[in-house]
Amino acid sequence: MSHNTLLVFELTILVLAIFLGFEVISKVPTLLHTPLMSGTNAIHGIVLVGAMIVLAQPHKDAFEWIVGFLGVVLGSANVVGGFVVTDRMLEMFKKREPAKAPDASSDGGPSDG
Amino acid sequence: MSTNLANLLYLIPIVAFILALRFLSNPAHARRGNQIGAVGMLVAIVVTWIKAGSASWWAIVIGMVIGGGFGAVAARRVKMTAMPQMVALFNGVGGGAAALIALAELHRILPEPGRPKIDIALAIALSGLIGAISFAGSMVAFAKLQELIRGRPITYPGQKFVNLALLAACLALSVTLVSGVQDEWLLWIVIGGATLFGVLFVLPIGGADMPVVISLLNAFTGLAVAIGGFELENNVLIVAGMLVGASGTLLTLMMGRAMNRSIANVLFGAFGQVSEGAAAAAESDGGTVRSASAEDVAVMLAYAHKVVFVPGYGLAVAQAQHDVRQLADLLEGKGVEVSYAIHPVAGRMPGHMNVLLAEANVPYPQLKEMDDANPEFSRTDVALIVGANDVVNPDARNNQGSPIYGMPILNVDQANAVVVLKRSMNPGFAGIENPLFYNPKTVMLFGDAKDSITKLIADVKSL
Repeated sequence: MSHNTLLVFELTILVLAIFLGFEVISKVPTLLHTPLMSGTNAIHGIVLVGAMIVLAQPHKDAFEWIVGFLGVVLGSANVVGGFVVTDRMLEMFKKREPAKAPDASSDGGPSDG
Repeated sequence: MSTNLANLLYLIPIVAFILALRFLSNPAHARRGNQIGAVGMLVAIVVTWIKAGSASWWAIVIGMVIGGGFGAVAARRVKMTAMPQMVALFNGVGGGAAALIALAELHRILPEPGRPKIDIALAIALSGLIGAISFAGSMVAFAKLQELIRGRPITYPGQKFVNLALLAACLALSVTLVSGVQDEWLLWIVIGGATLFGVLFVLPIGGADMPVVISLLNAFTGLAVAIGGFELENNVLIVAGMLVGASGTLLTLMMGRAMNRSIANVLFGAFGQVSEGAAAAAESDGGTVRSASAEDVAVMLAYAHKVVFVPGYGLAVAQAQHDVRQLADLLEGKGVEVSYAIHPVAGRMPGHMNVLLAEANVPYPQLKEMDDANPEFSRTDVALIVGANDVVNPDARNNQGSPIYGMPILNVDQANAVVVLKRSMNPGFAGIENPLFYNPKTVMLFGDAKDSITKLIADVKSL
């Protein structure tokens, strides 16, 4: 594929991703806005893939290597930290804690939780 | 592995990320979604690993162990109340990585016979610029939230002019770079200037506006990563980065709408600095403040039919979420109907209060969003305000001179009685006077929110 064909193709998926992003996010309730921010934060950790490519390429000199290495360090922190923080947050969203289920308020009836 | 096969396999992480966001529409499977996203990320890393396979593999491993180890430890150790600054920190390092990739790529392609391809040069300049702004801005946001530096707006004369000039200079140098001048120093200066701009741009923004800023910087990092995808001709970077860019932008706009302020006003308004006149006006017709003891408030709560808790940033500061939950349980045991009214910008992050209360095991159906909570206040006996201020300030409805005039608020003054837990009469983060405190319906319970709630629990128990 020539460079220009590739560029047009890349621009196409970029535009589609913008609309997809808007579409998917507009369905997220305010309740989950913090995990949403944290979750998308983890997703842009994909920058790690870019840093890995930079570090793995044949180098002209040490500069490229050092910069790539720093990129991998920062990118990994972004990925791991992002997903772990989000998981910790989402772990806490529960409908009813199992321990206290029996004495739940009268209107609930037998809950499925 | 061929590029085609790698791109085919990259569809797995792309689909996983979309599903991760899709699953966030319901708290019941949100966590599953995040796990799907993490698996997708793992696939992306493994595919890249196999495709890139090089002599530097050990460096990649060491880098991942250092960065991943730091991320895991920091994310595990952090308290739920410190979440906003953690998100800011991880956002910043992502932006930094994008800027570094731009530096490395420019170094690799120069000198190029003729000139570098214009789109590649443009991508390098932009991802360097945006990534550096995001990195520096996030670090300042982190420092403000961690209280390493003052949370209040920091301003000086000519600030906007300096910022604007700096940004214009960075853009001009970027254009020079794109136009074919083959000098790596240009990018260094662009990145240096953008870093300085990031610092100067977040410094004047007050702590109460941090939700908007973090959300915006999140969008910036996503955008920088997507543009980085053009440099490296990598689809998964483009799609994942742009999903984040789009979602961060939308979330930022939603935050702005929740405060009824334009994003420009949030970013350049240095909120809280211009309110002296309006604050003085509000103070003069103030009247008296009624303060109550914990015993009085306990009686009010225990004999109410319906109590609504209104949490704010003070709840996070005092880390009182577990005690609030305990008090709510106690009241429910006495037959009181309890719910929580959550303002979209309460706290330091969108949805901050929801996370804190979820940590304390508050069932999420009890958490009411503003539009659902407001009609309920007229049927509410006691609105108990725990560390919230601006989001319950009736001046937003009534006083055109107030800087927050027009912001949708929780109408707690429609409840039969209002109890405000507050440390002192100091105005809140934004420094705006609140006439709610002088309302004859309102009683103040002074003290640290956690201590006050603990006392209330003891007193309600002894009734």
